[in-house]
Amino acid sequence: MSDKARGWLSENGALVALVVLAVALSLLSSDFLSVSNLLNVGVQAAVTAILAFGATFVIITGGIDLSVGSVAALSAITLAYLSTTSGLPWPLATLLGLAVGVACGLANAALIAYGKLPPFIATLAMLGIARGLALVISEGSPIAMPDAVSHVGDTVAGYLPVPVLVMLVMGVIAAVILNRTYAGRAMYAIGGNEEAARLSGIKVNRMKLVTYALSGGFAAVAGIVLASRLASAQPQAAAGYELDAIAAVVIGGASLSGGKGRAFGTFVGALILAVLRNGLNLLSVSAFWQQVVIGVVIALAVLVDTLRRRSAN
Amino acid sequence: MKLGIIAAGAALALGLAACGSGGSSGSGGSTPAGGSGDIKIGMSISTLNNPYFVQLRAGAEEEAKKLGVALTVTDAQNDASQQVNQVQNFTSQNMKAIVINPVDSDAAAPAVKAADRVSVPVIAADRGVNGAEVAQTVASDNVAGGKLAAQELAKQMGEKGKVVVLQGVPGTSASRDRGQGFTEGIKAYPNIQVVAQQPADFDRTKGLDVMTNLLQSHPDITGVFAENDEMALGAIKALGAKAGAEVKVVGFDGTPDGLKAIQAGTLAASIAQQPKLLGQQAVGNAVKAAKGESLQKVVAVPVKVATKDNLSEFTS
Repeated sequence: MSDKARGWLSENGALVALVVLAVALSLLSSDFLSVSNLLNVGVQAAVTAILAFGATFVIITGGIDLSVGSVAALSAITLAYLSTTSGLPWPLATLLGLAVGVACGLANAALIAYGKLPPFIATLAMLGIARGLALVISEGSPIAMPDAVSHVGDTVAGYLPVPVLVMLVMGVIAAVILNRTYAGRAMYAIGGNEEAARLSGIKVNRMKLVTYALSGGFAAVAGIVLASRLASAQPQAAAGYELDAIAAVVIGGASLSGGKGRAFGTFVGALILAVLRNGLNLLSVSAFWQQVVIGVVIALAVLVDTLRRRSAN
Repeated sequence: MKLGIIAAGAALALGLAACGSGGSSGSGGSTPAGGSGDIKIGMSISTLNNPYFVQLRAGAEEEAKKLGVALTVTDAQNDASQQVNQVQNFTSQNMKAIVINPVDSDAAAPAVKAADRVSVPVIAADRGVNGAEVAQTVASDNVAGGKLAAQELAKQMGEKGKVVVLQGVPGTSASRDRGQGFTEGIKAYPNIQVVAQQPADFDRTKGLDVMTNLLQSHPDITGVFAENDEMALGAIKALGAKAGAEVKVVGFDGTPDGLKAIQAGTLAASIAQQPKLLGQQAVGNAVKAAKGESLQKVVAVPVKVATKDNLSEFTS
């Protein structure tokens, strides 16, 4: 194998895993490889992928954000509450819903950058706070989403699902931020070596505010997409999704110790999880085995990737 | 600086505690002449992260207010060990009776035993307790509910066609019992075939995703049984215009959203549990137990089939 090919493989291990999975599933189930099913997979990947794009920023800086699932629920509940219960116009309610997500991210970052809390603890606290606030606001019951916003869960022209479009747009935004902006390059620098980044003049604390605010903002978008699909904001929505998001980022080739990761890899990671769940349904695999299979595939995907990287070095 | 923060935190906690007790013991102030005002009841609910249990709590609080007893409700957040701690705390708070809505039927036993040791009667609500003696179990009959669901679905499908089942969280008693009841019930209809059973974890989003996936492999189904209303509502979203027309969906629980969907014609029926009634009975009987009255071992709160025809019985 040429060095170039080997280099490509070590960069795109997750993509290879996705292709292998897709080929296997299309052989096992005649229903897998149809346009409508693949669009379904896209829709089902959307929420995880959007959360995971946000988490990619954080993981690249060497941090972690456990609060994204709760923040997603809180943002959607805020939007629905303001617009349905309080009667605010929906564009304003949507803006405030997004602002709540960003605010949660900023609160995380303030605790981490200025309070010197480990990211794991700061965002764990926010996981509880945001989920609790979502329950407080909604009094534990689902709230209907405004009709105008619920179109985010629909399809355009009868077949193209809006969640897929939102996912692609957010993916492109994430890629541009990471590759083309000062903030993006600073995230890699901080994740690579925080002290060196500081010494080279990067305002590390300010960059952390940007990073976690982005993660919170992306989580808010994910929450709105999720609630739109159901036309209902639920206080218990997206519980546990933070782990799917982190899994997607890591399957996509990022390192939890920071400095590494790409938006495209994260996208592939989220698709792997969605393809897997879709395939297990199509094959009618038993409830108990599904969890085993998903766990094994996550472990295998990361293991194969790690081994390939090591052999490439 | 640090002391200041701690002091502020403590003040906040005290403030919240004052609000909390103000809310729940409000009825204690206006003690009726009956003299049950000094009775304190503790209630540990598995999770308030679910409209069903929020309604159960509402029923419990109504009954406590009516009887003039002080009711303290805690949320175990689906964590069995946290629930054990909460029940132990109740015993040290001199509660006269405890209502437990177990997170897990087996894991609740140590908590119940701890209450037994100090002779505080325990009522199990909604789910039973295995491996320890409770004064009474107040629960819906999930197996019977599953059978009713099968009968209603069969009736609405004209006793023929293909059905998929959306299962709840694997391994929970509610999922097991409802599934078992449905499987037994549907056997009576030889022309109905269950083509797939897949888990959607009692969750609306997962109900939507799993139903979408199943429609790819089984586009010709005409019936869906979901083991709760949340999944049924997700499935209805996946079915789109087919829901209520070609495909009949039957849910379980009779939640407010579920009843709305029945009104709209998208949900064919729901096996309505009566969480409010369940909460009321649990607290009512806990008060009886606190007064030393003897109780029957099991109270089966009836489940009912809610359809468009009898919807008014449930919405009032």
